[in-house]
Amino acid sequence: MIEGAAWRRWVYFRVPLGIFLIFLLFPFYWMVITTFRPDSELYIAWQRPNYAPFWTWKPTLAHIKYLFDETAFATWLWNTMFISLCSTFISLFCGVLAGYALSRLNFPFAGSLGTAIFVTYLVPQTLLFIPLSEIIRNYRLGDTPWALILTYPTFLIPFCTWLMMGYFKAIPKELEECARIDGASRWKAMFYIIIPVAVPGILSAGIFAFTLSWNEFIYALVFLSSPEQKTVPVGVVSELIRGDVFFWGALMAGALLGSIPVAIAYSFFVEHYVSGLTGSVKG
Amino acid sequence: MSNVSIHDVHKHYDDFHAVKGVSLEIKDKEFVVLVGPSGCGKTTTLRMVAGLESITEGNILIGNTVVNDLPPMDRDIAMVFQNYALYPHMSVYDNMAFGLKMRKFAKPEIDRRVKDAADILGIQDHLHRKPRQLSGGQRQRVALGRAIVRNPQVFLFDEPLSNLDAKLRVQMRVELKKLHQRLATTSIYVTHDQVEAMTLGDRVVVMKDGLIQQMGEPLDLYDTPATKYVAGFIGSPAMNFAEVTISGSVDTLVAENAGLRIAVPPRFAKRLASYAGKVVTLGIRPEDLHMADGSHPTDLTFAAVVEVAEQLGSEILLDVKAGPNTFVASVGPRVKAKPGETVKLAMNPERIHFFDAQTELAI
Repeated sequence: MIEGAAWRRWVYFRVPLGIFLIFLLFPFYWMVITTFRPDSELYIAWQRPNYAPFWTWKPTLAHIKYLFDETAFATWLWNTMFISLCSTFISLFCGVLAGYALSRLNFPFAGSLGTAIFVTYLVPQTLLFIPLSEIIRNYRLGDTPWALILTYPTFLIPFCTWLMMGYFKAIPKELEECARIDGASRWKAMFYIIIPVAVPGILSAGIFAFTLSWNEFIYALVFLSSPEQKTVPVGVVSELIRGDVFFWGALMAGALLGSIPVAIAYSFFVEHYVSGLTGSVKG
Repeated sequence: MSNVSIHDVHKHYDDFHAVKGVSLEIKDKEFVVLVGPSGCGKTTTLRMVAGLESITEGNILIGNTVVNDLPPMDRDIAMVFQNYALYPHMSVYDNMAFGLKMRKFAKPEIDRRVKDAADILGIQDHLHRKPRQLSGGQRQRVALGRAIVRNPQVFLFDEPLSNLDAKLRVQMRVELKKLHQRLATTSIYVTHDQVEAMTLGDRVVVMKDGLIQQMGEPLDLYDTPATKYVAGFIGSPAMNFAEVTISGSVDTLVAENAGLRIAVPPRFAKRLASYAGKVVTLGIRPEDLHMADGSHPTDLTFAAVVEVAEQLGSEILLDVKAGPNTFVASVGPRVKAKPGETVKLAMNPERIHFFDAQTELAI
C-alpha cells in the first residue's frame, strides 16, 4: 500500500490501476454490448449521426436466440463441458499421484523424471497436433469427444504434476511422518492427511486445467469435424464466420456465454485458488 | 517391558556417515536425553528408532523385538515433533483421536482417552478448535496429547520445546517432567539445549560427529566429564580452559603458563607425571573460582585483571584475564570488583580437570 498524501495514492496507485482495469475489461465490455445490440445498430457506418458505439438504447436477445435456434450452440456447450470435466478429472488424478510420488518418494531419478515431465509441457501444441492426429486416426477416435479427452491430458498432466509437486513440497513432511507413527500406512497418510491439506492446491490445479481445456482451440479444430461434435471455441468461429461474413452479434453472444462457466468456476473457488498459488500450509 | 536397545547402529547418507556406531541401552521407564550440536546424529538416531530412517548397519530393539524392518506404525511408539506437526484440517479432538481411529479403537474408548489426555494437559476447553486457532504452547500440548492417548511403549521427542519462547519453554519443561513422573513411559528426548538435557534426563547422552562422547546421570557428566567437549558443553556459563605445561617431579608437579602457576592436586600426581614437559588442557568451572582470601593455599591462586563484571543479582560473573588466559568466574553478589582492577582468584582443588591436549580425553 502506498503511504502518505492522498495525491500520491491517486497518482501511483489508483489512476494506474484504473487504466490497467479499463485496458483489461474493455474487450469484455465490448463483447457484452455487442451481444445485446440489434443488427440495425451493428452494421452501420460509424460516421452516422447519433452513432453511439459504447451503448445501445434498444437491447435485444435476438443474437442469443439465434445462437440457440439456428446453431448447435447448446450441444457445443455440453460437449465442451463434458470434455473439459473428463480431461480435468483424468489430469488431476494423474497429476496428484505423480506430484506426490515425485515430491515425497525418494526413488532413483525422481528429479530428472520431474524435469522430463516439465519438458513435455514445453513442446508446443502447434507441433504436437501433427503426430497426435496420426494416433487419433489410427485408433479411429477422430470426430469423437474422446479425441480431445485423451489428448488434452498431454499438456494438462505435466502442468498439474508440476503444480502439485510444488504444493506437496510445501507441506511439512513431519505431518505425514506423524500420521505414519500414529498408525497410518503410506496410502492412508496420503488420503487422510496430505490430500485434505493439499485441497487448495488441487483446486487451483483443477481450475487451471478446466480453463485450459475449456479454451483449447487447435486440437479441437483439428480432431473434430462435424458441427454437432464441436466445442464452443471452435463451433462459434467455424459456424458463425462464413467466408468473409462475420455474424458479430451471435459471435459475441457465443463468446459471452462460453466464458460464463469459467468465470463462475473462478469466482466460486477464488479464495482456495489464491491460497493454492501462494502456497503456505500453516501447521 | 519397554526397554530400547540400540546396538552399534550406523547411518550413511550416500557418502556422509551421519551416525558412526551408537550403542545405547535404555531401561524401562527411563527418560534418556540425547544432546549435542546440530549435525551430531542425535535426530537421525531418534528417527531410526521411530522407523522414519532406515538403519544402514546395526540393530534396534524395542521391548525384545528387533524393529529394524518394522514400519513406524507397528513399533508402538509416539513421537512429538519440533514443529508440532498437527494436522491443520482437523480439530484438536480429531488430531488426538487420529491414532486411535487408525488402530480401530471403539468410539467410547477413543472419547474416554482423548478426554483423559485433555484433562491431564489442560486443553479440555479447546477440543473443538483448529490448530491454527491455538497458541504455540497449546499446540505443543495437543502434540503431547496426541502422543499420550495412544499409551505407547516409547515416547520420542524431537526438540519439542525449540519453537517456544524462553518463558514458555521453562514452563513446558517442568510439565514434561511432571508428565513423565506420572506416566512413567520410556522416553527418548533429543535436544541441543544442555539445560533441558540436565533437568529432564534420568540419563544424558552427549553426542558429537555421529559418536557418543559420554553417557551418564546429569551430575556425573557435570562432575566428571569424560572429554573436553562434554566439559565445555554441559554447564552454563561454560567451563574455562587453559593450555598449561606440566613440570616438576611426582610430588611437586606444577601446571603453568604465562599467566598462571598452579600446584597439581595430589590425586592427579600419578596420572600427570608422564605428561611432565608436555602441554595439557586445564579445565575449571566458573563457580569453582573464588576470590582468594587468607584461607586459600597460595599455590592454587593467581592474579587476574577484571575486564567485565556482570551483575546477575544472585551472583556476579567476572570476565578476567590472566596473561593469555581468559576466565569467567562466578563470585558472590556482594564482591566489589571494577573493570581494570587486579584481583586474586583461587581454584577449588577438588574441582580441577585436566584433559589430554591431543585426544581431548580427561586425564
